[in-house]
Amino acid sequence: MNQDTITNILVCGIGGQGVMTATEILAEAAIAEGHDVKKTEVAGMAQRGGVVTSHLRFGRKVLSPQIEPGTVQVLLGFEGAEALRWSHYLRSDGIALVNNARLVPPVVELGLFDYPEDPAGQMRAAGRRVVSFDAMSIAHDLGEIRLGNTVMLGAIADYLPFAPDVLLACIVKRFARKGENVVDANRHAFAAGREAVAKQLGTAAA
Amino acid sequence: MAAVMPQLATPPAPSRLLLSGNEAVARAVWESGVRVAAAYPGTPATEIIESLARFPDLHTEWSVNEKVSMEVALGASMTGARAFCAMKHVGLNVASDCLMTMTITGAYGGLVIAVADDVGLSSSQNEQDSRFWGRFAHLPILEPADSQEAYEMTKYAFALSEQYETPVLLRLTTRICHVKALVSVGEREAHEPAGFIKNPQRWVMVPAHAKARIPGLFQREETLRGVSETSPLNVLEPGRDRRVGFVASGPAYMHVKEAFPDAPILKLGFSYPWPLEKMRALAAMCDKLLVVEETELLLETEIKAAGIACHGKDVLPRMGELSPQVLSPAVDRLLGKEPPPPAPAATPMKVFPRPPTLCASCPHMGIYYTLSQIKNIIVTGDIGCYTLGAGHPWNALDSTICMGATMGVALGIDKGRGEVDKNKRILAVIGDSTFMHMGMQGLLNITYNKGNITVLLLDNNTTGMTGGQATPASGRDIHGQEAPRVSLAKVVEALGVAVEHIRIVDPYELPVLFKTVREEIKHEGPSVIIAQRPCVLTDGFKPFRPYLVDEDKCTGCGNCLDVGCPAIHVTRRDKVIKPSGKEVELAFANIDNQACTGCGLCVQPCAPDAIQHVARHDIPIHIVKS
Repeated sequence: MNQDTITNILVCGIGGQGVMTATEILAEAAIAEGHDVKKTEVAGMAQRGGVVTSHLRFGRKVLSPQIEPGTVQVLLGFEGAEALRWSHYLRSDGIALVNNARLVPPVVELGLFDYPEDPAGQMRAAGRRVVSFDAMSIAHDLGEIRLGNTVMLGAIADYLPFAPDVLLACIVKRFARKGENVVDANRHAFAAGREAVAKQLGTAAA
Repeated sequence: MAAVMPQLATPPAPSRLLLSGNEAVARAVWESGVRVAAAYPGTPATEIIESLARFPDLHTEWSVNEKVSMEVALGASMTGARAFCAMKHVGLNVASDCLMTMTITGAYGGLVIAVADDVGLSSSQNEQDSRFWGRFAHLPILEPADSQEAYEMTKYAFALSEQYETPVLLRLTTRICHVKALVSVGEREAHEPAGFIKNPQRWVMVPAHAKARIPGLFQREETLRGVSETSPLNVLEPGRDRRVGFVASGPAYMHVKEAFPDAPILKLGFSYPWPLEKMRALAAMCDKLLVVEETELLLETEIKAAGIACHGKDVLPRMGELSPQVLSPAVDRLLGKEPPPPAPAATPMKVFPRPPTLCASCPHMGIYYTLSQIKNIIVTGDIGCYTLGAGHPWNALDSTICMGATMGVALGIDKGRGEVDKNKRILAVIGDSTFMHMGMQGLLNITYNKGNITVLLLDNNTTGMTGGQATPASGRDIHGQEAPRVSLAKVVEALGVAVEHIRIVDPYELPVLFKTVREEIKHEGPSVIIAQRPCVLTDGFKPFRPYLVDEDKCTGCGNCLDVGCPAIHVTRRDKVIKPSGKEVELAFANIDNQACTGCGLCVQPCAPDAIQHVARHDIPIHIVKS
């Protein structure tokens, strides 16, 4: 299979978190770089709360839209347990960038199932490369919780086969009509996401 | 309900856009000069008409059900206008009565029906292969494999429809509808209707007229067989590795091409009538033939019947989506090789299931909390977000079959029950949009046949599960513009329910809801309780001040968890031994006030009054405490 010519990115999270929009922006960036692109989602019934994954594949020519387990270069996890759920999609040299948010569903609150103690730790124990960070706190510190998605996009920016600025330009384009302040806030969020990942890797190396 | 939809700016042609299969079909419908496009929302087809509604110069509508949408499209075609309708697979079952006769009248203006199969049941009650409808109705089927093909085949479908005066089925699946890919698009072409011509032999399907036209139907099918045989949409790719040759259509083609780039493939785009000679040619050039179909073994059966040896569902699964990962081991087995075991790293980790939930403040929670607290009842359900009432913590639904079935099933239970169920009360739950889709007839049947049923009509003023589309009871049309608003209470009355047994309640007011349900299930005869509150994801919903849990007061009883709200979380668990010696588990709760919108449903069951408003002043909703 076209493992080396096709980039496979899996974005996962929960309905309502913005997984699909984030993947859409990543797709736009890949298109801007001249790639053929396919993006597909699996979202279950109802509006909220369920598992959502978005598959993004780009390269010279993309055939099947679905990503196979064991072939993902970058897993962008919007939630800890969801990143763990899809971690087997990672290639052995792939990396997981995980927002360590913990969104606990009613079935766990009712005591029917357990939420994993440390999803990122479990992934590392299984030999995965994982960078985890708190995108929501970062967004909160920037003064707007809705910037969380741009923080997530910042996090993945240095793991794409093109320059981070290509992705940033797509974000800026999307928010352009909302005014300079919104655009600036998103620039900061993007930078903060990049920095959060770089910092984590620095810590890990130390 | 969606706000007024912005109109799409018309992109210059030719341009390349990132479009989902649904958006690509919509674009092509618009470019084909279609005048009328109709649908009832249904995953995964909903976005076709939703996108079309943003284009100018055509009539788009949410019809009340799929059958009506098909009839609307047929009527438009009778005038010579190009017409279109879209539906999910089960929608075509509803519309099939129209389909099976429409195939005899044929089309005048180009008439295309998009049907989207939910392969893998992401949001449906069953899995179905709609290609059978095409075969059954002797209609041509086109099957795109990606967004670009969806766009091109839709345009071709209108031309094909007009040339052979036949409705055309465009068969989509979830992996076409919801995959975004780059599409080169064009511009709208003008298409002026030729005008309605009085022709009762063609349009009035009495036995004599239908009988006269049926031979023409078979003739048309034979002609189309020839068209399919030479169609550029059916491509035989010779390949170099001739050990296994493949027949595939739609997404299955992409999976085959991805997994076996060097193999011979007959790619079917014009899949009914199928090109049998091309299949023979493929079979002659390879050692083994594998038919790759989502989902049924339709082609496989026909290929075998034509005397061509082939494999298919003997090595491939009969249900669910196919993928390269599913195909590779199957082909290994076909070649007599043992497929390699999956790498340990590719084995999924064990993680709790995360089923979809009702939203925080969803008015349906009030209904299901109430039903979960009442004993000795049988509750029939229906299709919508409210089907989730069958799940935890409520476990409140006893059946869900198809759109509107709640009414008929409830009446059947009422009439069929014996001594053992004599004292049970029967309730039928249905949403507002489903009621107007196919529930009204069932209610009429209940009143006419003197059923002893209490109907809970959950009126959230929208078609919720498919994303909040307008309905005849929401007072808005597909564009968000004002439309005549039907009164559900009046409809229910007109269907024969006594006025004193039509009760309108607020599902947030639990004590009133409890009392009303208890009263009406005691009544011998039909009654309808209309629970009115807008869906929280629509513009009609206005959030209230959120609540929090006073930790000092929380006793860990866990009653609030029984409401099923996703904003309620457990902070700490404990176990205590009661004086009786019984061990009781405690769950201390808090409320995520980012998610809480203050409906107050959890306030009612909280025994120690520990749930309070975030701020004490200005309580926006009157919560009745019993």
